[in-house]
Amino acid sequence: MQIHFVLLISRQGKVRLTKWYSPYSQKERSKVIRELSGVILTRGPKLCNFVEWRGFKVVYRRYASLYFCMCIDADDNELEVLEIIHHFVEILDRYFGSVCELDLIFNFHKLMMYLKNQAYYILDELLIAGELQESSKKTVARVIAAQDSLVETAKEQANSLSNMIAQATK
Amino acid sequence: MNPFSSGTRLRDMIRAIRACKTAAEERAVVRKECAAIRAAISENDQDYRHRNLAKLMFIHMLGYPTHFGQMECLKLIASSGFPEKRIGYLGLMLLLDERQEWSGLGLQDLNHSNQYIIGLALCALGNICSAEMARDLAPEVERLLQNRDLNIKKKAALCSIRIVRKVPDLAENFMSLATALVKEKHHGVLIAGVQLCSDLCKASTESLEFLRKNCTEVLIRILRDVSNSPYAPEYDISGVTDPFLHIRVLKLLRLLGQGDADASESMNDILAQVATKTESNKNAGNAILYECVETIMGIEATSGLRVLAINILGRFLSNRDNNIRYVALNMLMKAIAVDSQAVQRHKTTILECVKDSDASIRKRALELVSLLISDANVKPLTKELVDYLEVSDQEFKGDLTEKICSIVERFSSDKLWYIDQMLKVLSEAGNYVKDDVWHALIVAISNAPDLQGYIVRSLYKAFQTSSEQVSLVRVALWCIGEYGEMLVNGAGMLQGEEPMTVTESDAVDVVESALQYHASDITSQAMSLVALLKLSSRYPSTSERVKDLIIQHKGCLELELQQRSIEFSHILQKHQTIKSSLVERMPVLDESVYNEKKGSPSTNSIPAAKASKPVATGASLNLPNGVMKPTTAPIGDLLDLSSDDVPAPKLATNDFLQDLLGIDLPAAQSSGAAASGGSDILLDLLSIGTSFQSDSLPSNNVSNSQLNSSVVSPLDNLSSITSTSASLDIGVSTIGPVGLMDQKSRSPPSTATAPAIDLLDDLSNNMSLPGIESRDFPTITAFESSILRILFSFTKQPGRPQVTQIKATFSNKSFNTCTDFIFQAAVPKFIQLHLDPASSSTIPPSGNGTITQTLSVTNSLHGQKALAMRIRMAYKVNNQDMLDQGQVNNFPSGL
Repeated sequence: MQIHFVLLISRQGKVRLTKWYSPYSQKERSKVIRELSGVILTRGPKLCNFVEWRGFKVVYRRYASLYFCMCIDADDNELEVLEIIHHFVEILDRYFGSVCELDLIFNFHKLMMYLKNQAYYILDELLIAGELQESSKKTVARVIAAQDSLVETAKEQANSLSNMIAQATK
Repeated sequence: MNPFSSGTRLRDMIRAIRACKTAAEERAVVRKECAAIRAAISENDQDYRHRNLAKLMFIHMLGYPTHFGQMECLKLIASSGFPEKRIGYLGLMLLLDERQEWSGLGLQDLNHSNQYIIGLALCALGNICSAEMARDLAPEVERLLQNRDLNIKKKAALCSIRIVRKVPDLAENFMSLATALVKEKHHGVLIAGVQLCSDLCKASTESLEFLRKNCTEVLIRILRDVSNSPYAPEYDISGVTDPFLHIRVLKLLRLLGQGDADASESMNDILAQVATKTESNKNAGNAILYECVETIMGIEATSGLRVLAINILGRFLSNRDNNIRYVALNMLMKAIAVDSQAVQRHKTTILECVKDSDASIRKRALELVSLLISDANVKPLTKELVDYLEVSDQEFKGDLTEKICSIVERFSSDKLWYIDQMLKVLSEAGNYVKDDVWHALIVAISNAPDLQGYIVRSLYKAFQTSSEQVSLVRVALWCIGEYGEMLVNGAGMLQGEEPMTVTESDAVDVVESALQYHASDITSQAMSLVALLKLSSRYPSTSERVKDLIIQHKGCLELELQQRSIEFSHILQKHQTIKSSLVERMPVLDESVYNEKKGSPSTNSIPAAKASKPVATGASLNLPNGVMKPTTAPIGDLLDLSSDDVPAPKLATNDFLQDLLGIDLPAAQSSGAAASGGSDILLDLLSIGTSFQSDSLPSNNVSNSQLNSSVVSPLDNLSSITSTSASLDIGVSTIGPVGLMDQKSRSPPSTATAPAIDLLDDLSNNMSLPGIESRDFPTITAFESSILRILFSFTKQPGRPQVTQIKATFSNKSFNTCTDFIFQAAVPKFIQLHLDPASSSTIPPSGNGTITQTLSVTNSLHGQKALAMRIRMAYKVNNQDMLDQGQVNNFPSGL
């Protein structure tokens, strides 16, 4: 069981997030994305969620206008990967709010990079080396919250430091 | 400076990129941004480092090169604060992969006091470390596996998975640590630990044994606990507690139970429990059931358990959810090996899945159906598939046609059924039928004399409705050309066949429409011309019309068509006397040769009796140019001379022969086949270009064949003719199917004919030096140039027909001595060759003496394939290096 890569693609074919657990060169990556979005985005709504592709299987699931895709070996458990995708989405959902607005979040200009980075951090708490790390949503949320607060603390310290410097130099 | 206010510049950049109308504009913006970031990097600008990195990540996501930012990531990781490190590692994982080196920094952070920083380093290591880094950092990770913090422990376990995958030798170091992990309570650690165990099992058998001994019990207990567990909100997914843990444990149990009866025995109970008690109305439960079935199939399970598993698949198959049906089809494919009877029971459902609207499901189902087909069910199943062909999607027709054809060919012992099915496929999806499939059909038709009338009439009918299906048209043209009279006179009427009246001009209409059809390709048009030529003799009343049609193509831009048109019109105008014998029906094509050549020795396809059936129309041995032709001649080969022949030498890339001469061997199958392409054309040219033959020959088979073979033999002796024929040969083989049909329809004098050999013998005997003995087999001149002459004489030991001793005699015709003479020979794969040393390396001049060398060849396909050999002679004349090479195809038959 190994996930080779994770892709988030919008319905228009824009890439929202990519994570590669097997080595692909930059060229191969864009080719993979192009090929897969061509196949997956054109599939009808009632069809099964698996696409056979270059000897691998790509399991995808659509949430609102976002497609979550994960690539696995041909003999892996596709149904479980569907659960992993859902697991990931639920964690994102808890963190960001409604799933339906996920694409909005990923597409939102001002906060985009920040929130996208948060999505990456969450994925890193869920998968390492293409393997599932945690089956408890609560644990993931807790670890992310703890790290966010570390960042907050560092930010406050920096602010208070600059305030002190500002006051001292006034 | 706040590191997480994303800053106007990032927003501006994204906005600028989004506003770009063209790709060129976007490239310009990105180039400008990249230049600015580069400048910032070289100035070592610390304040904007995180913002630059964020921009780089965005640019990277757009697919532009960002390698220059990798250093920035490393700098961020090296800084002390958590926020910098966090974004640094994120950038690292996005912009780098295992091909870059960064281990020094990772090592520092693995020893950090903050658990989250250790976590970041472990995560990056697990995602992108290389084999060298894995080796370097393995001891650190082993240490972290024993850390008290669960978060670090599980990350270290996953990181170990990556290490073991990169460096399987390290597996043994992790064995006992992994055993300790599966004794934990925390699910995250358990999941990672169980997965680590699975990877260890795959990496080394020693670990597999170790874990089987130490973990099986523990794993069974984990599975029992988790499957009996009461509602646990933290791990609950639609009513099942932690399906992820379930699945991983089941997977590991499969590895441990595989091929080990004791371990399998201990798992039986819990597997039965999981298989029966798991909730199956939600995806999570089905995922567990799916894994459980796979484990039951994988281990040495009891038969009761296997029945249970197959029943679960049966339930899956009737599920309304496409995903479940897809995995069921997938699993049934594996289950066939275990219990094919049980899978057969679901035949109807599987057949329904072939017609599903979902391409993934259709593909799986089609694979499965073709595995399910047996003698008992082939007819109804094929009928279903053929019926579906009519209504299936365009893009599925290719796959479906291929499968039907292979099924039908596999069970082609019932000729009428086979031909009927093929006709249906051809008329429904003739455009998707591969060349070798319809070639095989023609061979089969040629071997079914009692069905030919029926076939040609059915094809005529099918042509009326499906004239756009290329391969149908071609088969129809071939059959109308060959069996045209049966179309008109209704010979060989089968029971229940609807009688129809076709006039001669109707038949010519069909061929004409194929010839004139705007979408016809060259092959079809060329075949039409041949069919017309044949019809002109079959239907004398239409010969004027046929002549007009053929002449119309005299000015055709396609060389092949033009040539045929001119040749054929000559035949029609000037050679009426031999025309009828020229366009005789083709001899029966040899199925066994064709099948062998296809490289698919199908065991149940052709009853042996049919393969060697004598020619139906025994009288028609009178072939073009009157050459006698044995019935077993390898016409099948000629069917596609264009492709490389005999599979063996073709596949052998390291074949000495190919190394030596660098040429694919068309000669490999029979001594004559290589020459046939050339000699046929030569014959054609001769017969058409010179008129003397037509006067004297048709009445006299023997003399004709002599003339014919005298054309063949100079091929080997006269370099000028050889080169002509060779170039013609190439011409033919590059035209591909056209050339092939060409030769077929002109009924080439099949090579290796007895009279030809006789003549060859005479010829070579005349030339041979006195005193050279020829016992059973005549001596041949294997090679002759202005300097060298090589004669082969043959002896066989009684009782060992496949072994031939060849005595090669070399003589020197020039006035200078040949020194440093080396003779080399190469043979196709099916022949073994042993060269003895030559009697001398110097050949005296002017034929004043010879040297000899003995070759011993063993023909493993004795009786099926004749000898073939390429030779090369290296020698020195006046100290000048000389190199001659040639091919010997005039071996006497029976060697």
